[in-house]
Amino acid sequence: MTKINELKTDAAVTWCPGCTNFAIMAALQQVLLELEEEQVLERNNVVLASGIGCHAKIVDYVKVNSFHAIHGRVPPTISGIKLANPELTVIGHAGDGDAYGEGLSHLVFAAKRNLDVNFIVHNNRVYALTTGQFTPTSPAGFTGPSTPRGSLEEPLNPLELMLCAGATFVARGLSTNMKHLGGLLKSALKHRGFSFIDVLQPCVSFFDDREVYKKLTYELAEENHDPADWPKAMARAGEWRYGQGERIPLGIFYQVKRPTFEERVLGPKILVRTKPKDIGPVLAKRI
Amino acid sequence: MKDISILIGGKAGDGIKGAGQIIARLLNRLGYWIFLYDEYPSLVKGGHNFNVIRGSDQKIRAHKKDLDIIVALNQETAEKHKDDLKSGGLILYDSDEADVEGLCIPFSSIVKEMGGIPIMRNTAAIGALAKSLDIEWSVVAKLIAEAMEKQTDLNLKIAQKGYEKVKMPHVPLTRLEKDPQPLLTGNQAIALGAVQGGLNMYIAYPMTPSSGILHFLAAHEDELGIITIQPENEIAVALIALGGAYAGARTMVGTSGGGFALMTEAVSLAGEAEIPVVFVESQRAGASTGVPTYTAQGDLLFVLHAGHGEFLKLVLAPGDVEEAFQLTALALKLAWKYQTPAFILSDKHLSESTFSFDSGIGAEASIEPLLWDGKGEYRRYEDKDDGISPLAFPGNPKAVVKVSSNEHTYMGFTTEDPDMVERIQSKRLRKRQALIEELAEHEQVKVYGNNDSKIVAICWGSTKGACLEAAEELGIKMVQPVVIEPFPVEPLNQALSGAEKIINVEVNATGQLGKILSSHGINIDHNILRFDARPFTVDSLVGQIQEALS
Repeated sequence: MTKINELKTDAAVTWCPGCTNFAIMAALQQVLLELEEEQVLERNNVVLASGIGCHAKIVDYVKVNSFHAIHGRVPPTISGIKLANPELTVIGHAGDGDAYGEGLSHLVFAAKRNLDVNFIVHNNRVYALTTGQFTPTSPAGFTGPSTPRGSLEEPLNPLELMLCAGATFVARGLSTNMKHLGGLLKSALKHRGFSFIDVLQPCVSFFDDREVYKKLTYELAEENHDPADWPKAMARAGEWRYGQGERIPLGIFYQVKRPTFEERVLGPKILVRTKPKDIGPVLAKRI
Repeated sequence: MKDISILIGGKAGDGIKGAGQIIARLLNRLGYWIFLYDEYPSLVKGGHNFNVIRGSDQKIRAHKKDLDIIVALNQETAEKHKDDLKSGGLILYDSDEADVEGLCIPFSSIVKEMGGIPIMRNTAAIGALAKSLDIEWSVVAKLIAEAMEKQTDLNLKIAQKGYEKVKMPHVPLTRLEKDPQPLLTGNQAIALGAVQGGLNMYIAYPMTPSSGILHFLAAHEDELGIITIQPENEIAVALIALGGAYAGARTMVGTSGGGFALMTEAVSLAGEAEIPVVFVESQRAGASTGVPTYTAQGDLLFVLHAGHGEFLKLVLAPGDVEEAFQLTALALKLAWKYQTPAFILSDKHLSESTFSFDSGIGAEASIEPLLWDGKGEYRRYEDKDDGISPLAFPGNPKAVVKVSSNEHTYMGFTTEDPDMVERIQSKRLRKRQALIEELAEHEQVKVYGNNDSKIVAICWGSTKGACLEAAEELGIKMVQPVVIEPFPVEPLNQALSGAEKIINVEVNATGQLGKILSSHGINIDHNILRFDARPFTVDSLVGQIQEALS
């Protein structure tokens, strides 16, 4: 427990009592310590980034480098960080409105490029900090202050989307199942490439579906799912459509190795330790 | 003054741009100062493209309307521009394509006869033009061999055939003493200035007229020791730049007005989180899509006010390639020193025109920003008298580096405490005073022409070229602020002291510099505004100033 305290800041925590973001944070802190112990990462090389919403506060509470960015823009922010210094362990946090609404195009391209960064969506399926409007993953018929007669849109399935976009690590976790989530985070951080985890994160104030998740979730690992098999990953991802479906799979849906974007762009170069060259020879060619 | 203006025109796809560059290099190698204006419509094939190549024994930064030679690859070029031909001027044309009064050369037949492809008509035209200018064949042959890497021998044969078809020189050009200088577009000068300023990574989404920076840097990544990235949109462009700068890499982005509109949330973030990034905004004629491949200076107030909230900005407006080079290097240096976004305002006319670059000018060397000394606990937003908090980067074993878009404490934690909110905003804004003091050591306002004249033409950005020459010709004073924000009020008042008549010259419809001037108590007597999406030419502006004075 004392070790965990090293990763805590003295910023005042402003999540609701009982908020399931606490569990995501605790799982992350635990995994960071374990990976530090295993010498997989160095604490001073860890960078967290977040968007806007309840999830984003996490960067204030974890004592590592961080960039509290803006709504939807976590994927390009972490891309810039990783390209500048590929030695850093970069973990992006985003909400569902952030990742699947405001910044959807960035997420698709981050997966397509396969930078070695981690992207964790705190998916509470509601805009909580703005008092309960529907999000891209809210079920159809969701009632909130902007949809008093119920949302008219079908939810987006982010797992299918990430599988189609070329993500090399696609997983789903549940914030109330901390042990399992910790395992996913560890695998994601060890994966070289774009790691995506959609974390179902019940919101105790605006969308408390803890009981539903408890009832419907199961672990892929217990059913001999082969994460190297893309069609099977798609089939599993389609089992639950964020509102419809009887079973909600948790775990690693898909994992494959592909060259990372930074390897391709940078080779062995590390920009933060590189100075540009003399412009003289290029100028001479312009005569 | 030795001065020659040559126009070459044809359809998009005729290779006008390539031919224009070779003609410019020919004149450059004969010792002339060069200015090249490149005009083309927003299409890939067809339409009317032309280049005006001007050579002079003086440093020039603008083209003239009146022409000495027209090289017409089609009928339309001759028809559109023949009224601008000086008396005694020459039209060289493809007699297989056009029928005009002038020197007919069958460019198409030459190409066909030699087994070339249609675009090589421009090579035949270059040969014919060179002979008309009395340029030795060896000079032409050497340049073609260097510049045309594909089908070099065939191009040489076609050029020679064109050369031989002209029996005698028509406008003989004297060779000058000056050594040739590098020829750069404004975009290339901005790119090289950035590298000089320490650039590591350039990020951009394609948008005319800024794309030249991306293309040039992408083509020279290894030679310059930098990388370029083309992401999914301008929002990603700006955020990649901010992420990179937070981690310690020097980043720059480039776009035009529409793309910059998408970047404004990141501009505000850079101000709030104190992240140094250089934004290049190369203006084109707007609003909205506007006239996409043509010029305007319509985004001055937009850039000045871009981003919600109140924060420190540095806005620089170069008017030629030397300024583009120096000011971009300066923008990188000051962005990092003051940890705030900096802006280079260019436009189509500066970005895509080609100039002789005076490579002896030198530039700001890149500097190390204020770095943390490693003592005690690191606080990213440490309070300092001048507002500049020492920097540390992620990876530093002793520092936890926290930046935030939220209003924050010295440590970087979110705060809503009224006292803290006020203190941290004051800290950020205090940097402005230090920046103003540093800028005072630079030439923020340039003065040209007749220093004793009570009549002053004032302009900014690419309008410098035409305005400077017009002022010299008319014997009046010309004043050009190159720093727009923080606005150099004192140096401007000095430059304008004793002025009895101030004429404001801008390529926009509402006189945006004029508005800024009046907000600082400097009143304009006349506005000369051009907003037909074309830049001023020297001769047209002389006429307009004379009219304003009469």
